[in-house]
Amino acid sequence: EGFSLTEMFRIAAGVAATAAGVCLGARACYAQEPKQFPYSCPPLPYPYTALEGQGISGETLRIHHDKHHAGYVTKLNAAVEKKKELHNQTIEDLVKTQQGAIFNCAAQTYNHTFYWDSMSPAGGGEPRGKLKEKIEAQWDSVDSFKEAFTAKAASHFGSGWVWLAQRNKDGKLVIMDTHDAGCPLTDSGVTPLLACDVWEHAYYVDYRNNRPEYIKAWWNCVNWDFAAAKLQ
Amino acid sequence: ETQKANLKQNMPFTCPDLPYPHDALAAKGISKETLTFHHDKHHAGYVTKLNALTEGKADLQAKSFEELIKSEQGAIFNCAAQTWNHTFYFNCLSPNGGGEPAGALKEAIDSTFGSFEKFKEQFTAAAVGHFGSGWAWLVKGGDGKLAIVGTHDAGCPLTEGQTPILACDVWEHAYYIDFRNARPEYVKAWWNCVNWEFAAKQL
Repeated sequence: EGFSLTEMFRIAAGVAATAAGVCLGARACYAQEPKQFPYSCPPLPYPYTALEGQGISGETLRIHHDKHHAGYVTKLNAAVEKKKELHNQTIEDLVKTQQGAIFNCAAQTYNHTFYWDSMSPAGGGEPRGKLKEKIEAQWDSVDSFKEAFTAKAASHFGSGWVWLAQRNKDGKLVIMDTHDAGCPLTDSGVTPLLACDVWEHAYYVDYRNNRPEYIKAWWNCVNWDFAAAKLQ
Repeated sequence: ETQKANLKQNMPFTCPDLPYPHDALAAKGISKETLTFHHDKHHAGYVTKLNALTEGKADLQAKSFEELIKSEQGAIFNCAAQTWNHTFYFNCLSPNGGGEPAGALKEAIDSTFGSFEKFKEQFTAAAVGHFGSGWAWLVKGGDGKLAIVGTHDAGCPLTEGQTPILACDVWEHAYYIDFRNARPEYVKAWWNCVNWEFAAKQL
């Protein structure tokens, strides 16, 4: 099977960006540096304006990353500061073991890092290889997978996230949604592959109440390589 | 503001108009654009969805929003409650609002919270601190006592037998156009708009 011209451009852009030091593939980090308290907010994997051609503005990325994402890290550090017994925990440890405000902040920190990686300036188009096969095996076609994911993302009521994930026991792919700060890490049976943020702050600057238009933009950005690298 | 569908004419639920023009609160920090989206898209959108969900269900179409809130769950509850919550919220704001309450409401606030300032602090904390989508309310409990409560997503105090007195919408759509992530700034604007006359009537 050959690559279309569009796909070749995307791959070339990805190679160029990687050469420029921007990570497009699976970052090791939400194993962040440092791994323990005090935590820091990972930088965006690309410039603020990187997704504008695909429908997510620089203003959105700047506020979403620098205010919301970074804000969760600040609140997390404030909440964890006096609890020395947690200081050697990673973000993922906290997500798996904590509740209330510490869970919310740790999970939202993790979720947002995952979300940035789920998108790419070289993203969009169609999945390839094993990921494509698994999607087709499950949903008959990539289009019908996208329809199912889109429906879930469009209809989630209130703040939350929609995920493509893989079941550890049998390798099946699943579309799941989590509410508020909900994170798939709390379910030891699944491994997340892609995240779509449907909190209103993710789309209100660019699309106001029109979440379906935002989801279309998300599809233009979706980082299939990131998902494929996590596939077992 | 109860509302019943007219079965003979097969009329659906309708969205109440804003109690003032879309630009009425702009000077106080809540812009025309916000009220336009908030009322004409979000509020009206819940009514449209409610009509779609109750299509062909005469028993549900005959109910008021309050009755649906008390009897239904899931998507129908969400739409009925959000419709009711928003109608209440827009009535809690006024171009002539702001300042402090008087009369019986002032006395009730003073005796419950110690002072208006303390009430304002606690209500602000509830509004600013709510995680995710939801609402901050001043309510009168079944015991007649005032309380500040938060509800999540479409939650409505009517389901707890409480009487709402004031509502502050803290879904991000309520403030993102004017304040982006700065919810505390939005809550300051909300205080500038508070319709104490409407609140006093609910007591």
